[in-house]
Amino acid sequence: MASVTPLKTAAELSLLAQAEGSKSVRQNSFARYAAKGLPHRRVEAYHYTDIRALLKNAPAPAQKAGVIPTHFAFNEIDACVITLIDGQLTAVPTNPLAGVSMNISDEMPDDGLAARSVFPSDGDPIIALNAAFVHRTLRIVVDAGCAIEKPVLLRCITTGAVSAYSRVAVEVANGASMTLIECHECASGGLTNSVVEIAAGDDVSVEHIRVNLGDKDATVLTSFGGRMGARSALTSGNFVTGGALSRHQVFLRFEGEGATAAISGASLLKDRQQADTTLVVDHSVPECVSREHFAHVLDGEATGVFQGKIIVRPHAQKTDGKMMSRAVLLADGATMNNKPELEIFADDVQCGHGATVGALDDDLLFYLRARGLPKPEAEALMLQAFVGEALEMIAHEGMRERLEWLSETWLKARG
Amino acid sequence: MLEIRNLHVAIEDGSKKILNGLDLTIHNGEVAAIMGPNGSGKSTLSYVIAGKPDYEILDGEILLDGENLLEMEADARAAAGVFLAFQYPLEIPGVATMTFLKAAMNAQSRARGEGELKTPDFMRRVKLGAEKLGIPQEMLRRGLNVGFSGGEKKRMEILQMALLEPSIGILDETDSGLDIDALKIVSEGVNALRSADRSFLVITHYQRLLNYIVPDTVHVMSKGRIVKTGGKELALELEANGYADYVSDVAA
Repeated sequence: MASVTPLKTAAELSLLAQAEGSKSVRQNSFARYAAKGLPHRRVEAYHYTDIRALLKNAPAPAQKAGVIPTHFAFNEIDACVITLIDGQLTAVPTNPLAGVSMNISDEMPDDGLAARSVFPSDGDPIIALNAAFVHRTLRIVVDAGCAIEKPVLLRCITTGAVSAYSRVAVEVANGASMTLIECHECASGGLTNSVVEIAAGDDVSVEHIRVNLGDKDATVLTSFGGRMGARSALTSGNFVTGGALSRHQVFLRFEGEGATAAISGASLLKDRQQADTTLVVDHSVPECVSREHFAHVLDGEATGVFQGKIIVRPHAQKTDGKMMSRAVLLADGATMNNKPELEIFADDVQCGHGATVGALDDDLLFYLRARGLPKPEAEALMLQAFVGEALEMIAHEGMRERLEWLSETWLKARG
Repeated sequence: MLEIRNLHVAIEDGSKKILNGLDLTIHNGEVAAIMGPNGSGKSTLSYVIAGKPDYEILDGEILLDGENLLEMEADARAAAGVFLAFQYPLEIPGVATMTFLKAAMNAQSRARGEGELKTPDFMRRVKLGAEKLGIPQEMLRRGLNVGFSGGEKKRMEILQMALLEPSIGILDETDSGLDIDALKIVSEGVNALRSADRSFLVITHYQRLLNYIVPDTVHVMSKGRIVKTGGKELALELEANGYADYVSDVAA
């Protein structure tokens, strides 16, 4: 076909070789990816995060699971932990939480999963790659009316210079509530590609938290899809300090009236790190509320990217959507790219967005220093507060405190 | 003792000179008031003593107990005993007042080579200080100055001063925006801190504040200099006659 882009970068050539050499690869999904190759700056959704240029090579999928690192940042969180090592999903916990069932499915992830339709209809290349290479899907079902206190914590580890693909599909039945945490630890040279889908029924309350603590040269690409039923409430938080390249995609659709979502992110980056959050919130029904708040702290030559789109469909009256992205640049070499978008087709809505990029406020800095705080300490306190605005949207107290502590540690290391 | 000698200051880009050879000495235990019309350089003086970086010092010196403040960063000056109560205290969303107070007290203790405060001691001191100034505990849990009224912010400044125990407290138009009740509370807070080894520089437009914080000396400032010095009766005279006698080309 004439529209096929030749595969040419080292990473693209390795992916092609991996697909040809593997029996388990899903050729249809791979073909969807291969039609366009790795996304690059001329693809609108990837304009600021040129994966083709940034991904030097694509390590082969792991053949067997590596060794689990002993240190885990969230050891103290009381959670039902499921460890995915190098994308290998072999067992689910023997004592799942009451009201929760889990199983491992070999079925094609293209088929039948509830949240699927929320992903871009023209095919997102990162999600297509995941569908091509992922072995199994972890399915989690929360029964109607069950309030699951203990979070389900997915510990996704990529142990070396391998690629790890994982996929989790969650169905939360009417009136149920749960917290799902995905923590990504990816070793240098490794590539993580994970997809999490949540289909929430009516009157559901769900919290989703994604954390990227990857090593220096790690690539962590994650996609989250959510479909929200009537009067349901979602909080979804993203926290990034790790990895050379991080992209987190959120595709959310309101499908029942009166639902709410609070989506937040905090990225603290230095050196040449790049972190991208790309968000599409689709108000397809009336009277839903969405709040988005993203904070970037950028030092060194780091790059932050925020692309946020709020779509309000023609009949989605009384939509209330507010999106804010704020960035602090701590060094001359740091860059922030903001692309907020509103697509409003209804006439009785309240929508707004804002984006700020700047340095720390000098007057505030002087106020703190006049009280005796040395400059690094004063800056750290201001940045802690800046990041805190995003973190406070996370409902799970233990996680919120832990993430605050991780930001504090990052800020101290800087001073 | 605070000694300011022949201080010449311009704003940073050098475009405008604000202080023109200012001399002022405040002895230990003394409460000095500076009065003067708008634009005479009163607030600039307070910022320059505290170490705000937006100014260019062209000449002169500021000594606190013999130490040259102009060679120190703002935080070092604070640790050396300078406290500026801001005319417009800043809001810091996301930093709980208690967290801020503890960070400030510990930073100053560390800078002076003293040990950090133990948490129970800190809590006790804050609680006691807040009660005296009528600051409810709930305010201490909120973000610093966030959603506080003008009067609440000023009381919070005085609480900070009480906790940080400076050797010189500078009050920059602390009376602005205060109703009479708040003015009394704030003044009582300041008066309670008066002692033989602590001095104050009270900057104000109006004599009213000086009914509550009675100064030992009153200085009239105009065009970046002290043009007249007297006792507390000078404030009353200014209240009656305005600044016209001292500021030939400024309408009183």
